[in-house]
Parts: sequence; structure tokens; C-alpha cells
Amino acid sequence: MSARKVRARIFQALMIFSLAVSMGMLIWLLISTFIDGIPALDAKLFTNPPSSIPEEAGARPAILATLYIAVLVLLFSVPIGVGTAIYMEEYAHKERWYNRFLEVNIQNLAAVPAIVYGILGLAFIVRGIGVGRVLLAGALILTLVVLPTVIIASREALRAVPDSIRQGGYALGATKWQVISKQVLPASIPGIATGSILALSRAVGETAPLLLIGALTYVAFDPTILGPFTALPVQIYQWVKLPDQGFQALAAAAIIVLLAIVLGMNALAIVLRSKFRQKW
Amino acid sequence: MSASSFEAASGSVPTSLRSSRKHYGEKVIQVLLGLCALVSIVTTLGIVISLLVPALEFFAEVSPVEFFTGTVWAPLFEPASFGVVPLLVGTLVVTFWALLVAIPFGLGSAIYLSEYATPKRQAVLKPMLEILAGVPTVVYGYFALTAVTPLLRTMGLQVEIFNVLAGGLVMGVMLIPTIASLSEDAMSAVPRDLRDGAYGLGADKLQVSTRVIVPAAMSGIIASFILGISRAVGETLIVLIAVGQQAKLTFNPLEGVSTLTAFIGATGNGDLPTGSTEYKTIFAVGLTLFVITLVMNIISIRLVRKYREVYD
Repeated sequence: MSARKVRARIFQALMIFSLAVSMGMLIWLLISTFIDGIPALDAKLFTNPPSSIPEEAGARPAILATLYIAVLVLLFSVPIGVGTAIYMEEYAHKERWYNRFLEVNIQNLAAVPAIVYGILGLAFIVRGIGVGRVLLAGALILTLVVLPTVIIASREALRAVPDSIRQGGYALGATKWQVISKQVLPASIPGIATGSILALSRAVGETAPLLLIGALTYVAFDPTILGPFTALPVQIYQWVKLPDQGFQALAAAAIIVLLAIVLGMNALAIVLRSKFRQKW
Repeated sequence: MSASSFEAASGSVPTSLRSSRKHYGEKVIQVLLGLCALVSIVTTLGIVISLLVPALEFFAEVSPVEFFTGTVWAPLFEPASFGVVPLLVGTLVVTFWALLVAIPFGLGSAIYLSEYATPKRQAVLKPMLEILAGVPTVVYGYFALTAVTPLLRTMGLQVEIFNVLAGGLVMGVMLIPTIASLSEDAMSAVPRDLRDGAYGLGADKLQVSTRVIVPAAMSGIIASFILGISRAVGETLIVLIAVGQQAKLTFNPLEGVSTLTAFIGATGNGDLPTGSTEYKTIFAVGLTLFVITLVMNIISIRLVRKYREVYD
């Protein structure tokens, strides 16, 4: 083999190795968490409230709160996100300065650290309007955190619908909204659904903003929308901080539950996308 | 044919192509959609106001010079000291170790996916990277503390329980998908002609990748690095769990440090009385964090637009 071919082979091997690093880490992470968590993964985790005795402790309030938050975030973020995307793709004149500003603004919001949203929640929702440290405040802040993701994914889905579909609708005498609601939107639902599920999975795993709006409390009862709450990732953080070996196992068990929810959503999104990918 | 000559040719009253009936519902819908878009603008305004107002009050009590040049961070002690340098250095060293992992492996993954992988392999590997991107950061924090730190000790490194190295390396793994997918986008946007031209001159894949594709996609690749930095600077949970909350001024990766985000995360949940200097400290540190990431994000957005303009 020539020196050139050897170099090419080595380079290709290095590229494959860089991908293998990620995969290897993912596998290591999953295996080590499962080994730590399986002993504590039992019915108590789902039925018991947290406790100072590891053998008694569960994550029922946290798991329920995370499910409530997921539903609320879905209800808030999808209509607002898809509405924004429709405005930007179908209505906005892209040359206008305020529409250009809107675009850069959303791209920036997508990369603002989640904990900064927590500060927004602390200043305005919790202490500002005085709602307090309630589940609804958490859901509202997480909605803002994932909104840019929903908008960006929905815009891409709308943009993928070819203009001929719109022109056909107009030619038949449909109004703009009729074209959008009857033709463009239905055609872009798979893309919007994929993006929304990914955004939702991010909301479910997000911890930092919730720390600031007071989800780091001891909640022994089932959560309500206007009551104090703790979420599953926050519960994990609380357990990780405790030195007792029993709580480390509980943290790992709760991580298995969290990963099952989050990675399940991710897998669903990926399947949806590949199944309904439309070629125009 | 222009509109006026068309009217002249038809010789009668000009007919508008617009519908003769007014559709008020259409206007209502447009306004509603505009309101949805307004939510994002209001969010940004809200963030700026919520940071700026208490931060300005803070800087009225503590001089900005002391804040940005002081090397002792002890806002909750008596006497309090508000030098943010240890937090900035902590953020910097964690980011450094994260990028040391994320840049080579992220870029390598991107080159493989864009230039080497068959469509079939891409269809399997890209979702796997997405799964890696979907792992919550609290899980990465746990992993760094309970798996990576013990391994570093087994390897003979004298790391403290909370240390920069484990957290930084794991954060790097977390960032690989970000850098890989953005860089891959940029490389895929390079027109085929450039590849074909190079292959026609007898170049092999190594030469095409490193001398044609990477330079041609450079603005997008740099954008992915900068977005990676922005995410590393803003990451909270890995630092809180595995790197620690001790504001020490050190570059030693075997020790624990605190960062801008870790301070906010650890202090913000406490019951600090609203209006106290300690409470306002959260916002001063938050503003510093926001400005740093804002600058990174704007640079990254500009660079992405640049390569889109050239190739799309």
C-alpha cells in the first residue's frame, strides 16, 4: 500500500473513532446507570412520596408533576409555536426590519441558557406577579424555554410544503387562511409533530430553570397545578446531592424512569419523521 | 405585459384580482398569528428587564470595577466580597475541557457523516447522535460524578470528589451532537461541483475532506464551535453536580470550582429576601452570563447566514 493510501485509511479510522466515542459513552452511561438503579427500581418509586429514609422514599409527587408539566407545556407551546411559525412563513414580509428582528430574536432565544429563563421566572412570575412557586409557573417557564424549538421545527415543516400546493388552492378561489388551514398545515403535521415531541422531551428533562422557581422543595403529596411542586429531574438532583448510598441508588432508579420517558419520546419523534417523510 | 397595458387592452373598467367580498375573519387570524409571534419578542424583553433592573441596583451598591476585577467571590459571607473573576475563570476552565473533547470528536463525526457514510449508515447514525443530544443534563451530571470521577481515580489521577476534569469531559460528550450536526449541515451545503472537481484532479477522500470541504464550510464549522461554547458556558446541572459549588480561583482541573451558572443555580433556590444585595447578586451574575452567551449567539447566527448566502 502506498503512503497515501495508508494516510487515507488512518484518517477514515479516526473519523469512525470520533463517532464511536459518542456511541461508547452513551452505552457506558446507560449500563452504569442501570447497574446502579435496578436494585431501587420498584413499585415504591412510583407510589411513595420522598422520605428521609431511603428504603421508604419514592418519587410519586415528582413523576406526577412531570406528567402535568408535560401536558401543560404541550398545550401552551404548540399553538403559540405553530402560530408564530405560520406568521413568519406565510404572512411576514421578510424585508421588514421587525420581521428580521423577530427571526434573529428567535434564533438567539433558542441558545439562551435555560437557567436565564429561570431568572425571568423568579423575577416576574414567582415574585413579580406573586403567583408563587407553583407548578403552573414551572410549566409557563418551560414553555418559553422550548418555544423556539417548536417554532424552528414548525417553520421548516411549513417551508417544505411546495408553493404549487398554495397556488393550486388560490386558483380554486380559496382565501389565504383556507389554503393554510386546509392544505399547508395538514401537509406539515408530521414535521410539526416531530419537532413538538422533541421540544417536549427537552422540557421534561430540563432542571435548571425549575431550581430558581422553587421546585427544590419537599413535597409529600400529589401535586396540583396551583400548588407547590417538584419535578422528576429536580428530585434526581436532590437525591444525587445526598451522600447516603441508598439515595444514590434512588437517583439512578429515577434516572431510568426519566430516560425511559425522554428517550421514548425521542425515538417516537425519529420514527414519525422517517415514516411520514413526504417527497413532493 | 404590464398591468396598465392589460387594462388598456381590455378597454373597460379595471378589474381587481382581489376578492370583492371583505374577509374580516382573515384579518382576525392574521392578527392572532402576529400576537403569537409577539410572545417571543416579549420573552426577550422580559429577560432583559428582569436582569437589568436588579443588576443596575446591584451595581449602585457594588462598584462594577470591584465586581469584574475582584478575585474573591464570597457574596454570602461577612464581610461580603463580590469579585466575579473566580466564577468567570471557573466557567472558562470547564468550557476549555468540554471543547477539548467536543471539537475534535464533533468535527470528526461530521466529516464521517457528510463525506464517508452511505445514506443507509447516515439513517442509523444520525438518530443515535440525536438520542445522545436528548439525554437530560442532570443525567450527565450523575454520570460524571458516579462513573467518570471514580474512573479518573482508578487511572491514578488525584481528583477531588468534585472536579473540573470529569464534569468538563462529560460536558464535551454532551456537546458532540451539537457540533457534529451543525458542522454536518454546513458540509452538506457545499455544492457537489467542488467535490467532483477535486476528485477529477485525482484527490482522494482525505484530501477532499480536509482541503476542500472543511475550508469551504469553515464559517458554518466555526459557528458550531461558538454555539458549543455558548452551550458550555450556559450549562448548569453538570457543574452543580460534578464540578462543585466552591468559588476558587484555580486553573487546576483536578480541583472543583464554581461557575456563573452554578452560583445562580445554587443560590437562586434559597430564600434570600427580595431586595437584599445577596438577592441582586443573582441578577448581576445572570446578566454577565446573558451578555456572554448573547455575543456568542449573534456571532454564530451571522456565520451561519454567511454560508447559507454563499451556497443556498
